[in-house]
Amino acid sequence: MTVWTIILTASIAVLAIKLVGYLVPPRVLEKRGAAETAEHVTVALLAALVVVQTVGDGQSVSVDARLPAVVVAAGLLAARAPFILVIVAAAATAAVLRALGWAA
Amino acid sequence: MSTDPRREALRAAWGVGIAVSAYGVSFGALAVASGVSVWQACVLSLVMFSGGSQFALIGVIASGGAGAGPAAIAGATLLGLRNGLYAVRVSPIVGPGFVKRLAAGHLTIDESTAVSTAQADPAAQRTGFWATGLIIYVGWNLMTLVGALLGDLLGDVRAYGLDAAAAAAFLGLVWPRLRALEPVAVAVGAALVAVVTIPLLSPGVPVLTAALVGVIAGLVGAWRRRNAAGAPQEVTEP
Repeated sequence: MTVWTIILTASIAVLAIKLVGYLVPPRVLEKRGAAETAEHVTVALLAALVVVQTVGDGQSVSVDARLPAVVVAAGLLAARAPFILVIVAAAATAAVLRALGWAA
Repeated sequence: MSTDPRREALRAAWGVGIAVSAYGVSFGALAVASGVSVWQACVLSLVMFSGGSQFALIGVIASGGAGAGPAAIAGATLLGLRNGLYAVRVSPIVGPGFVKRLAAGHLTIDESTAVSTAQADPAAQRTGFWATGLIIYVGWNLMTLVGALLGDLLGDVRAYGLDAAAAAAFLGLVWPRLRALEPVAVAVGAALVAVVTIPLLSPGVPVLTAALVGVIAGLVGAWRRRNAAGAPQEVTEP
């Protein structure tokens, strides 16, 4: 599978899901189970992605500058800081720790 | 009337739009660092246009290469499922008209839905949806291009902490959803499944496995509601 195939297939699939939503009558959402399960799946995927992006390194787990950066991000999110500030602070934390040689 | 509700919606759209667009830079830079070309990064932002799915896709490509294609596609698609739900919700706000609905479909993301449904007035809901969607579409794509070109120049994006920025971005996306005990339990369960399966499964698959935690939570919730409806006498007993 080439990278172009991956990108086009995934892009068209994600776009198609959005468009299909406009064909579905709104009363489907009233069946609470479907909406609730979709919300749980979203939370599960995002939580897993946080973990993989924070400590994943190919097929091994590695603790490096990303972990303290994410802790800083969590603190700022708890303090209701704006999204962009959270992102910048996380990047800066990891960059500084690496520049100082305190973390890989 | 002291304030026009449509103006309020427009203000919210600009606020959200600028913040989200700015962070398109980190997507562009990380995308080229993960091994996709500048144009591939731009196509992702132009066609897929869903930040979470885009970051998830390049994350898998970064660790597993093109060989991890099926897992990358599955991860991005699953994460895009919520956009389908948003579409069902904003569909009555957008109203009829084939071309209009086609365009609206493309712009249906977390932020346009959130700004739109936060407005009380129907005209403001429409303004909120279209303004947020269009501002982010233009901004996100421009910033993706800037980031991708910068990423080529930067070299090692880790030195700038951009890998940590991606992790923080996912945390920022999941954070507002953790307002009740149930989603927190799902998040913790999924995080544990992911960390345990990283060494066991090929790149991208741990995230898909963790998604099962969400499916199970949905089934358990449905089962508990059915039991609660089927046995009301237990609730009234002293």
